[in-house]
Amino acid sequence: MSDLSYQAVMGRKNQIMKAAVGLDYDQFELEGIAFDYERMMASSKLTIQEVMEVMHSFGVGNTPLVELKNITALARRHAKPGYGARIVVKDEACNPSGSFKARRAALSVHTAKQLGYKGVITATSGNYGAAVASCCAKAGLKCIVVQECFDGRGKGQPEIIEKARKCEALGAEVIQLSVGPELFYVFLRLLEQTGYFNASLYTPFGIQGVESLGYEIALQCREQFGKDPEMVVATNAGGGNLTGTARGLLQAGCKAPVVAASVDLKGLHMASDTQFNRKSFTTGHTGFGMPFTTWPDRSDVPRSAARPLRYMQRYVTVTQGEVFYTTEMLAVLEGMERGPAGNTSLTAAFSLAQELPEDAILIVQETEYTGAGKHQNAQLAFARENGITITIGDPSAQTPGESIVLPERPAQIKAVEVDLNRLRRSFINNAFGKDIKMPDAATLAYLAEEINLPHDQTRALIEHMLEESK
Amino acid sequence: MSKKGDWVLLQNVILQPSERAPQVPEDTKQVPLKQWVKGWLTEDAEIGQEATARTRTGRVIKGTLVEEAPAYTHSFGQFIPELLKVQESIKTAMWGEEAQS
Repeated sequence: MSDLSYQAVMGRKNQIMKAAVGLDYDQFELEGIAFDYERMMASSKLTIQEVMEVMHSFGVGNTPLVELKNITALARRHAKPGYGARIVVKDEACNPSGSFKARRAALSVHTAKQLGYKGVITATSGNYGAAVASCCAKAGLKCIVVQECFDGRGKGQPEIIEKARKCEALGAEVIQLSVGPELFYVFLRLLEQTGYFNASLYTPFGIQGVESLGYEIALQCREQFGKDPEMVVATNAGGGNLTGTARGLLQAGCKAPVVAASVDLKGLHMASDTQFNRKSFTTGHTGFGMPFTTWPDRSDVPRSAARPLRYMQRYVTVTQGEVFYTTEMLAVLEGMERGPAGNTSLTAAFSLAQELPEDAILIVQETEYTGAGKHQNAQLAFARENGITITIGDPSAQTPGESIVLPERPAQIKAVEVDLNRLRRSFINNAFGKDIKMPDAATLAYLAEEINLPHDQTRALIEHMLEESK
Repeated sequence: MSKKGDWVLLQNVILQPSERAPQVPEDTKQVPLKQWVKGWLTEDAEIGQEATARTRTGRVIKGTLVEEAPAYTHSFGQFIPELLKVQESIKTAMWGEEAQS
């Protein structure tokens, strides 16, 4: 019997992970801090057509692209004459498990089945749990979902409780934990105990599954509108949604800029027991979006396949109140009742559309299912119980964890720009650890790809950082 | 008394406050890391007692029996008047006062 203490299990991390993802990450490492991202992404050896076939076999994908004509008309009233892009949403709630995460799960579960694993484990408090449970049900594999769900008082986040219900409805075993990053320890222990596959959100399979979403968007947009979109907005948390979508668009030859959007939860600590139930969004927020953009390898695999800074052209934030408001807009103006967290990108799109001409197509690349717990009414009721004030007024006058302000008028929805150079600097700092130095040519080329800047600008940025640190 | 074969919820302490990971914030270090798992009891047990259960994937787990026949009780929550007001104001912004009266 091996040592099950926290230190001992964490010490066996690499060996447990290697057995649980069927992939040796060492083969992708290069000199120093660099690794070969594209070689890692090609490790599944599946073409995009084969990925689409796997999606089809699970009943995933081919979701409708719906033009939001009334929301577009409303956005145009606040734009200068001739402006206000056509807002079109990819209705990913139509997937079997109710979100785009089905795409991520399909390829992971397919891989687990191919490799002969008896079951699959995933650590997630999000829609991904239901997605893995759904695909395991179809593939005849066992499924365990590990969630961070309760605070120290045993009070559960309604949205996460609903997601547990959905996983159980699809036949999975759910393990629920109180707040804390040691969830990873429990997760490792389970992988070791069961010998199941780790359906991490961050393996190449997980991200390649999302490539099908970007690919479909490009093809459907051409078919329905006769051209490529002018902009695609993706909600950003762990970075896989944006990374996969952007890579899928590129595979279809579509060069539309991809904009990241997150709910602003500035000031709330994600591992804090007392702040856990003071947020009304459990995903799609800056608490994941910022750290995972500036250091993707904090995930549960040695090298994350989700590297959003490589692909985002811009990054904007919106407030909790604005997203709840936009969720109501989608319901009462378009007749589509969908989950709030999935409407983060739609909220940003309402503001961003006003910058683009009327003939432009702006794609919002997801929606998610809604229901008890996972609904703006449930979230606001829970927030009120936890002492958060809820008012109608100026949405920018909010403090995450203390107040939520629903807009009075659509004109008040304003996406706020994040300085990408600040994120790039943070990425470089994280990549070097404490020891930042001017890299050799190969490492510079690697970093330039990671932060999506030309080599000379990457060099200038590092020179500037070295100058400042003196 | 819960009977062998009953569907129950077991709770465990995974880490005591003193065993929590070093990177955990101060408030989180004050509380233990707890776990909740559902399964079928392998022997009769009382609420509050240590018990053993078999989970849906066939694992055998031990823990404190905290609930028999655990149910889902989450809901849409209390009425939020602000949301109704917001809905009406969105419709007015789109279709005008007259269309709404």
